[in-house]
Amino acid sequence: MAQTIYQQQLDNGLTILAEPMPWLESAAFAISLPAGSSRDPASLPGLGNFTSEMVQRGCGELDSREFNNALENRGVTFSGGVSNSKAGFQAAMLADQLEPAMRLFADLVRRPMLPSDQIEEGRQVCLQEIRGIEDDLAGQTLRHLRRRLFPDPFGRTVPGTSEAVSSIAIDDITDHFQKTYGPEDAIISVAGRIDWPQVVALVADLFGDWPRQSLGSIPENPQESGYLHVEHESSQTHIALGYPSIPYSHPDYFLSRGAVGVLSDGMSSRLFTEMRENRGLCYAVFASYHSLQRMGGVECYVGTTTDKAQESLEVLTDELGKIVDGVHETEVNRLKARYKSSLIMQQESSNSRAAQLAAEWRLLERVRTLDEVSDAIDALSPQSIGDFLSSNPPSNFRLVTLGEKTLETTIGVS
Amino acid sequence: MEFLRETLPNGLEIVAERNDNAHSAALGFFVRTGSRDETKELWGVSHFLEHMVFKGTPMRSAADVNRELDEIGADANAFTNEEQTVYHARVLPEYQERATDLLCDIMRPSLRADDFEMEKKVILEEIAKYEDQPPFGANDRVMADHFRNHPLGRCVLGTVDSVSALTPEQMREYFSRRYSPGNIVFSAAGKMDFDGLVRQVEELCGGWTAQEASRDTPVNVGSPGVRVVPNNIAVQEYGVSMSKGPAADEDDVVRYGAALLTTILGDSSGSRMFWDLVETGRAEYAEMSPYEFQGAGVIMTFLCCSPEDVEDVLSSIDEIHSDAQANGVTGEELERAKNKVCSHVVLRSERPLTRMFDVGANWLQTETYRSVRELVDIVRSVSRDDIAGVLDRFPLRDPTLVLVGPRMEVDWPRQ
Repeated sequence: MAQTIYQQQLDNGLTILAEPMPWLESAAFAISLPAGSSRDPASLPGLGNFTSEMVQRGCGELDSREFNNALENRGVTFSGGVSNSKAGFQAAMLADQLEPAMRLFADLVRRPMLPSDQIEEGRQVCLQEIRGIEDDLAGQTLRHLRRRLFPDPFGRTVPGTSEAVSSIAIDDITDHFQKTYGPEDAIISVAGRIDWPQVVALVADLFGDWPRQSLGSIPENPQESGYLHVEHESSQTHIALGYPSIPYSHPDYFLSRGAVGVLSDGMSSRLFTEMRENRGLCYAVFASYHSLQRMGGVECYVGTTTDKAQESLEVLTDELGKIVDGVHETEVNRLKARYKSSLIMQQESSNSRAAQLAAEWRLLERVRTLDEVSDAIDALSPQSIGDFLSSNPPSNFRLVTLGEKTLETTIGVS
Repeated sequence: MEFLRETLPNGLEIVAERNDNAHSAALGFFVRTGSRDETKELWGVSHFLEHMVFKGTPMRSAADVNRELDEIGADANAFTNEEQTVYHARVLPEYQERATDLLCDIMRPSLRADDFEMEKKVILEEIAKYEDQPPFGANDRVMADHFRNHPLGRCVLGTVDSVSALTPEQMREYFSRRYSPGNIVFSAAGKMDFDGLVRQVEELCGGWTAQEASRDTPVNVGSPGVRVVPNNIAVQEYGVSMSKGPAADEDDVVRYGAALLTTILGDSSGSRMFWDLVETGRAEYAEMSPYEFQGAGVIMTFLCCSPEDVEDVLSSIDEIHSDAQANGVTGEELERAKNKVCSHVVLRSERPLTRMFDVGANWLQTETYRSVRELVDIVRSVSRDDIAGVLDRFPLRDPTLVLVGPRMEVDWPRQ
């Protein structure tokens, strides 16, 4: 696969990544800053999310409307949001608008007004989000699971708590902005119809004199433990079962990911076949991989009506046990076909490549090329995945259910 | 990019937009059938049938279908709405032939009784899933209230009772009527061998026999009103309102005029509703969008807010609608909305999958093709007078409104 990935680090620590995709008309960039919820102070969960909201309320010479209009007039589509590991901003546009769009976003991340007279409005936006996610029962179940799978603050929910968000003052936001928005551990990735020397010159011009912030280390606390059942009136019971695994950076990652793929990728995967096709237990079932820099985990979900919930949990548990007995060659071949095709199809979107470059760097401090990933996928075999599973069987399970009844489980939940 | 088309003797149409720069080929069958083509006895059958299409043919078991789709690394799925049922796969160009073979075969499913009973359980789970999640049925209820006895008033999934009562015989009869070749379009976009595609589709589908498959398209009368549906699971209050809008067969300038109008008033960012309600934290979201059907269209408004704020939010939306109705939009707003919509059209067209959907759905609804360039030109041509014309013909005031959430009653319209 023809692919060139460029990278360079500025003296202040900012990483620039780029991937030319000359067959496209568009360009896209992602700005990834070490301002995710894992850097919220323990006493103020939700501070990073609130800070990101305030950052988007005017910057440089422009108030938030003028900023928005300037981008829309140039046909730039954009978004911003916070995850556990980062605050991110993304923009896609026709290639000739890359420079003006990047200039506007340099103001946004470096020179936001953080207007104190809009803090109540910003707070209400964050409180709406906290209330809104309570109505997403599947998401709520998975968020509880993540707090049990990863140590705090890495399992933390991004919007935080309404108590904390209600108490945040403008000084908390200004402080948090100064500590986390800066070039250290920050990434700007660009993809699409672009020219690398021009990208470097542009980013150096806009960000080269950005003073380095001082990021402290992130203190880690043990995760929550035990089986959690959340009593809730609902049509379905939501079941989330997880177990720890190796991170994306681990040499055996693709073996571990391959095993999850056999369980859940595609319509012929084991969970879909056994739970939905053969037993009609559910509409939605999946297992997904969540990786951080130094740890990973597998999160399984099934949503099923209350009278089928116990059987669903048992079949799910059974399948996690059976995978240790090995995987078939045909299953591995199907995985390879699926991965290869999704790798190539990534090349159709500058926006998704820009996001992928930044995400890879944050996990690995380098970018795996498509060829490298492709080689790792080619090397998968029933033998190698089987060997990995024998020495790393799914274990140390965490279980969360939400619905009208508690479930019984025989697997070891810790 | 090049537009290509072919019609088989039995009426099946093949439309394609070839793009030699693409990395993939997107393929899909568009069947002109959905919930609007059902009777009360058949409520939910279109969507249930969509699931059954993956359950095997005389040549393949359900497991074979799933396995083969995964063997070619296909990103495949299907969906059903009020007037279309669509089966699609995105594959690397080298798998065009295998993907086409598979798609053509599953379009003549066995509809076996034991598979039918098993899949019915999955459909009932799907209904239960939507009962638990926002907006807790508000969309279906507003369609029912607005359209009343019009065929568009019945929701796609059906109800627990209607789906439970369906039989395999009813589904087979519906299938034979609706999946007639003259009622189906095969759409393709991306990198492809079009001549090979036509030869293969002709070989595999040329023997399907044609049947008359008509559709009633009565006038949309509309029915203003307010209904409050208390729901004690929800934390937020959800509202969906609906007024008449342009139909799919309307003139392009009217259709895109409505799209630009709703972008200005109610896009998810940068719109009048966004600045007034969302950026101020008064609502979690407040958005507008037009939806087009054959012979009928609607303009919808969606809102989510704290239960205690619902009257305030509704009156702000009402003011935004009234102001637009009285004064129209500004030239600056229109210009910005055009830039936004055009850029969106161009950026999303880089993916063959989105072009395959656009080309297929457009052909199925109106038998027309619009290139990306033509779409951009149409959007650019819309004037403020055109927007005023849209507002005259499709006033935003007095919509059908449904509210679902913790509130037992709502003081709206305010006494």
